[in-house]
Amino acid sequence: MRKRHTPKDRLITVALHVALAAGLFFAAFPIYWMLSSSFKSNTEIFALPPTVLPKAFTLEAYAAILGDPVKLRFFFNSYFVAGAVTVLTVLIALLAAYGFSRFNFRGKGSLNTLIISTQTIPPITLLIPFFGLVVSYGIFDTYVALILTYLVFTLPYAILLMTGYLNTLPRDLDEAVAVDGGTSWTALWRVIVPISLPGIVATSVYTFLLCWNEFLFALTLTKSTSMRTVPIGIQLLMGQHAFEWNQMMAMSVLGSLPLLVIYLVAQRFFLAGMTAGSVK
Amino acid sequence: MTRQKRSHHRLKRAVAPYLYLSPSLLIIGLLMLLPMVTVIGYSFQNSAVLRRDPSFAGLKHYQAIFADPVFWASLWHTLYFTCMSVVFHMTIGMVFALMLNSDRINPTLRNILRVLYILPWLFTAVIIAVIWRLLLEPNGVVNSVLMQMGIIGSKVEWFSSPETALHAVTFANIWAGYPLFMVSLLAGLQGIPKDFYEAAYIDGAKAYQKLIFITIPQLMPIIISISLLDFIWTMQVFPLIWITTGGGPIYSTEVLSTYTYKLAFSSYNLSQASASAVVILLISLGLTLFYIRYQKAR
Repeated sequence: MRKRHTPKDRLITVALHVALAAGLFFAAFPIYWMLSSSFKSNTEIFALPPTVLPKAFTLEAYAAILGDPVKLRFFFNSYFVAGAVTVLTVLIALLAAYGFSRFNFRGKGSLNTLIISTQTIPPITLLIPFFGLVVSYGIFDTYVALILTYLVFTLPYAILLMTGYLNTLPRDLDEAVAVDGGTSWTALWRVIVPISLPGIVATSVYTFLLCWNEFLFALTLTKSTSMRTVPIGIQLLMGQHAFEWNQMMAMSVLGSLPLLVIYLVAQRFFLAGMTAGSVK
Repeated sequence: MTRQKRSHHRLKRAVAPYLYLSPSLLIIGLLMLLPMVTVIGYSFQNSAVLRRDPSFAGLKHYQAIFADPVFWASLWHTLYFTCMSVVFHMTIGMVFALMLNSDRINPTLRNILRVLYILPWLFTAVIIAVIWRLLLEPNGVVNSVLMQMGIIGSKVEWFSSPETALHAVTFANIWAGYPLFMVSLLAGLQGIPKDFYEAAYIDGAKAYQKLIFITIPQLMPIIISISLLDFIWTMQVFPLIWITTGGGPIYSTEVLSTYTYKLAFSSYNLSQASASAVVILLISLGLTLFYIRYQKAR
C-alpha cells in the first residue's frame, strides 16, 4: 500500500530507530545504573570516570542485606502485610462485585459512584484521623493497623476490577443453579469463583503491588524497627551513618523483585490491574 | 413452588445484594467516610487528638494556614510539580506510543521495547527516589557526564540547591510516571479503525494531518480521563519528595502533602494539619467531581 523505498522514507525509518534508542536510554538507564551499582563496591560507585560495568564485580552488598536479620524482617513484614491484605481484599471485593454484577437494587448507581470517588481521596487526609484512631484503639505499631488501613485503599478499586470481570461472564451459568433450586451463595462458589480466576489474579496483583509500595502509612503508623516494611527500611538505610550506596541499591533491587517477577510472569494481569480503572 | 415459598425466595433476592455488599460498605463507611468526617471535626478543634476534651476553635486553624507563606509556596510548588508532570507524562507517553505503534519497526523489537519502556512503572516511589539521588549526587554519574560534555562548569547539587531542587524532583516524577499514559494510549491506538487511515491515504493526507485529524481526536477521551486521574494522583505525591529533598532546601520543594505531614508529625500541630488536609481533600473532591461528570458524559 505504501511506497517504501524512497530515500526520504528510509531516512524516516532510520530517524525513528534513533529516537527509539534514545527513548530506551531514557527509560532504562536509571534502572541499569541501580543494578550495576548494586554489584559495585561503595568506593567504585563514585569512581571518576564512572564505570559502566562493575570493574570489580562483588556481591558484598547483597550479602550485607541478606545476612542482616533486621533487614530480612523488613522483607518478611512487607510480604506478610501485602499477602494478608491481598487475601482479605479479594474475598471482600469478590462478594461486593457479585452483588453489583448479579443483582439490581435500590442505590446501586450511587454506591458505584461512591466507590469510584473514594479512589481519589488523598491519603494524607486520612492519615491524621487514622493516626488518632490507631492510637486510641491501642493498635499503633502493629500489623493490624497496617492491614486495616491498606484494606481501605485497595478495596474500592478491587471492587471495580472484579465487577468489571464478573460482568463479562454469562448470566445463564448462575441462573442454571437457581433453576436447580440452589441459592445465589452456592452459585457464587460453585460456578462463578472457578471461572473467575483471571479476574481474581488481576485483582490480587493490583492489591499486592499497592501494599508493597505503600510508604506514608507505614511511616506513620509503625515505629519499632521490627514492624517496618521494605520502603521504610530503604529510607532508614539512607539515614544511617555514611551512605552505603551499594547496599541501598541492592536493597532496592531486592525490593523490586516481586514487581518485576509479577510483571514478567503475568504481564497481562499486571496491565489489566494497573490500567482497567483509568481506561474504562 | 407455593406462593409462600416464592415470596420468601423474592425476599431473599431483595436482601441478598445488601448482604454481599455489607463487608465492603462497613469498611468503606467506618474507615473512609467516618475518618473524613473526623478530620473535618479536628480542623475546628484546639489540640485535636492530643487532648481528650478539645475546645472549639472555629476557623482559627484555617486562618493560620492561609496566613502562612509556606502554605502558599507549597500550593504553588504542588501546582508546578503536578502540571509539569502531567504535561510531560502525556507528551512522552504519546511519543513512545506512536513510535511503538509504527509499522516501520519489526514486531519482535516492538515487543521488547514495549516491555523496557514500561520499566519505570515497576519501581516503588521510594526506590525511584533513591535511584535519582544516586544519579544526581554531586559526585554522581549525571554531573560527571555533563561536565565532560562541557554543559556544566562545576558540580551541581541538584537536590540541595534551592534553584534546581524543584526541577529535579519534577524530572524524577516525570520519568516515573509516563508509562500509564503510554500503555493506555497504545491500547487506544490499536482501537482506531484502520479504514480511517486508509481513507485519509486515498485522500492524500500527510502523516502529520493523519495525526492531527484522526489519531489525536480518537484518543481524546483517553487523554482527558488519564490526565485528570494523573493530576489528582500526582497532586498527592509524598514519598518521592520526602526521600529526595524532604521539602527542602528552605521549603523550595515543599508541597501540600509534605507541608501537612510536617505540621502533623514534626510540629505535632494536628489541628492545623487537619485544616490543611481538609483543603487538600476539597481540591481533590472538586477534581473528582469533574472526572466523574466527564466519565458519565461519555
